[in-house]
Amino acid sequence: MLTARERRRALAGGGLALAGMLLFAALATVALLRTGLAARGDPLFDPYLWRVLRFTVLQAVLSAMLSVLLAIPFARALARQPHFPGRVWLVRLLALPLGLPVITGALGLLEVWGRKGWANSLLHLLGVPEPISIYGLSGILLAHVFFNFPLCARLLLAGLERLPAEYWLLSSNLGFTPWQLFLHVEWPEIRRQVPGMAGLVLMLAATSFTLVLLLGGGPAATTLEVAIYQALRFDFDPPRAVSLALLQIALTGSLLLLLSFLSGREEEGTSLTLSPRRPDGRTAGRRLADGLTLALGTLFILLPLSAILASGLKADLVRLVSEPLFLRALATSLAIALPAGALAVLLAVAITGLRLTLLETSNGRGLTARLARLAPGAASLILLFPPTVLGTGWFLMAGPSRVESVAPFLVVTINGLMAFPFVLRILEPAITSHRLRTARLAASLGITGSNRLRRIDWPGLKRPVWMGLCFGAALSIGDLGAVALFSSDRLITLPWLLYSRMGSYRTEDAAGLALLLALLCLALTLGGTPAGNRKPSHDS
Amino acid sequence: MTARLNGILSTFLTAAVAATLLTAPARAADKELTIYTYESFTSEWGPGPKVKEAFEKTCDCTVNYVSVADGVALLSRLKLEGAESKADIVLGLDTNLVAEARETGLFAASGVDTAATKVPGDFKDDIFVPYDYGHFAVIYDTQTLKNPPKSLKELVEGDPAQKIAIEDPRTSTPGLGLLLWVKSVYGDKAPEAWAKLKNRVLTVTPGWSEAYGLFTKGEAPMVLSYVTSPAYHMVEEKTDRYQAAAFSEGHYIQIEVAGMLKGSHDKDLAQSFLRFMISPAFQDIIPTTNWMMPVTATSTPLPDAFGKLVTPSKTFLMAPEEVARNRKAWVDEWLAAMSLK
Repeated sequence: MLTARERRRALAGGGLALAGMLLFAALATVALLRTGLAARGDPLFDPYLWRVLRFTVLQAVLSAMLSVLLAIPFARALARQPHFPGRVWLVRLLALPLGLPVITGALGLLEVWGRKGWANSLLHLLGVPEPISIYGLSGILLAHVFFNFPLCARLLLAGLERLPAEYWLLSSNLGFTPWQLFLHVEWPEIRRQVPGMAGLVLMLAATSFTLVLLLGGGPAATTLEVAIYQALRFDFDPPRAVSLALLQIALTGSLLLLLSFLSGREEEGTSLTLSPRRPDGRTAGRRLADGLTLALGTLFILLPLSAILASGLKADLVRLVSEPLFLRALATSLAIALPAGALAVLLAVAITGLRLTLLETSNGRGLTARLARLAPGAASLILLFPPTVLGTGWFLMAGPSRVESVAPFLVVTINGLMAFPFVLRILEPAITSHRLRTARLAASLGITGSNRLRRIDWPGLKRPVWMGLCFGAALSIGDLGAVALFSSDRLITLPWLLYSRMGSYRTEDAAGLALLLALLCLALTLGGTPAGNRKPSHDS
Repeated sequence: MTARLNGILSTFLTAAVAATLLTAPARAADKELTIYTYESFTSEWGPGPKVKEAFEKTCDCTVNYVSVADGVALLSRLKLEGAESKADIVLGLDTNLVAEARETGLFAASGVDTAATKVPGDFKDDIFVPYDYGHFAVIYDTQTLKNPPKSLKELVEGDPAQKIAIEDPRTSTPGLGLLLWVKSVYGDKAPEAWAKLKNRVLTVTPGWSEAYGLFTKGEAPMVLSYVTSPAYHMVEEKTDRYQAAAFSEGHYIQIEVAGMLKGSHDKDLAQSFLRFMISPAFQDIIPTTNWMMPVTATSTPLPDAFGKLVTPSKTFLMAPEEVARNRKAWVDEWLAAMSLK
């Protein structure tokens, strides 16, 4: 239902976004390969690499499965119970863990689940003599689930809340049992979301580095990302690093392709009714079961966060926040995170626009439609490009004399690219259903172009856009990756400061900074979920 | 919507650029000395700020730091930049990186007389000048570990329930240090030693910070760090709780060095910095800021805490070339031993 001009614009925008991303990654790769720094010529596929590949895939697949499987009951319970005190805060909390710096989250988890953690102290009180050790695959999975399950639950919840009210009305009229309700109403929506979500967790887990080493217990737990880091930083063998990065993309990419076959039908529901009244979730038994599910899930997220709070409060927070260096780091962090979030939103909007336009022009059939459906997933593969590889490549392109002046832009771009796949998961479903809902009407009323943007699209989409921006910024603010590479004294961010204190024995200060960073992330997620967001819809 | 976002984006980018410009250093004197170093050297409690102040008093120049994560990153950065590098001085490589650094061909002979420096292990080099050193040591928590190991052998064969956090030799210099330490003591039997020690290893962290963080959190009663680490806790936190275990076989040493580059635009200035580096004015700053041992006599005695530190009976140090030649094979050996079920 787009005019020819709108169609051209959407295609150009999406094409530009895709081409830009591809070019950014390709240029970095070429720069690295052209260094002329001799490859050591060690064979790429030695037994070590095979072991690393096996372990990378094993832990990534398990992490994705666990995160998604746990998110489904949690999101369903949350969707079934739209009214209870603290619900808004619980929803906000779900966006928090992934925004935390990895080391902060890991230390929080260990405070709870470590050898000397709360759980083991409790077991000790109960008379269990030997502490239970999580180091190894179980620790890695625990951490990946802690970081990813909340986001999965958040995305699923958004999907379930987007279901048209008529579905509930109809199923209530038909007298559906809870099982039938699940099968015919909830499952199709969940199934539509699972491949994308599982894909995200899979990519994050496959590229996990610090968590894997820290909680893996030894080098038997090594991911490709560790090998890439080793090749680039310790052995300084750029060609090997590039080969490993491409291998990582090929491997995880093919897993994602497998996943995409799972996906269900396209979204087709349209509804203008805003407050669905779910027929289920009101019996006492249901409420009790849901309450229990929610309590367990919340406890799992909340305990490590409380550990971060508890250690952070021991620090001299007043002194910390009044230090000029802290204020500078805060300003720098925001100056990087907000544009990075905005870039992620722009890319997500452009690529969703491309997908929808291609689907519309092809009527959802043929090669064009198939390519259109693959576009968002393919663009998300950028997450598999290690920031160290991108950064080092661009470092070479810029050259020593210019690197300081372009570093801020490169850091923003890399952070934006890394946040993009997540923001896409938030925006794509929202834009798709907005389009389904408004396209015919807008066309029949003859509202097009900027009028349509101003009167229909912006009011309908400003909430998800704002949420995507905040979430993208939260993801970027806790990230050390790209900054560490260009580290210069002008680019001191909060995670950099945190690591700096940890590296000079100031563990207490580091704990304080971790708490402040967590609060900052929380503040950003407030932007994503304004109070009063109990109205389970996306229109304002 | 897109137009609005574009507006927001450009506002933020402008803000970012403004922030960058505002923090640009003031350029006072005409002469400039650019030092590439690691981040904990230039942090506000590191030696960096005091060194800058002290040297600027003598040289009528401005010292600029460019800091990266650690010694390894320093070398990578230099390789990335090649001959175009703006660095006059690279400060913060350790002896294990020296052979590779020399191979880049970017460094110039220092021309500095290092006769006055006293470093265990007798490190001498015509390019790289040592500025501090520290022996690796197992630091333990006296509150939870009553019988610390008295030798590497005891560490290897001790109670597996008493854990140690170590660093990964693939990603960190202390990790590589422990690898070389075990190799120095056990030689060909190193894989067997690692296979045993493996049961005591709580986890292998990517860097020193994470391992030390686990240790101070109480997750592990032992951590691989430096003989000088307890000095920090004694001086800054007034506590004797964390102590180094003296090992009867001896300790492996880490010696930190600096060198000047062939491409330096002011070689005289660079050389005068290297000379300054082994003078009391620089050496006085090192102990309580970098928490390492000075290489020449300081003008005032070291704080009492340093007198209480373990003095290793023997120092292990392998030639840089030997390390460079064997590192890959030894890391592979370590990987195999540590990955055994």
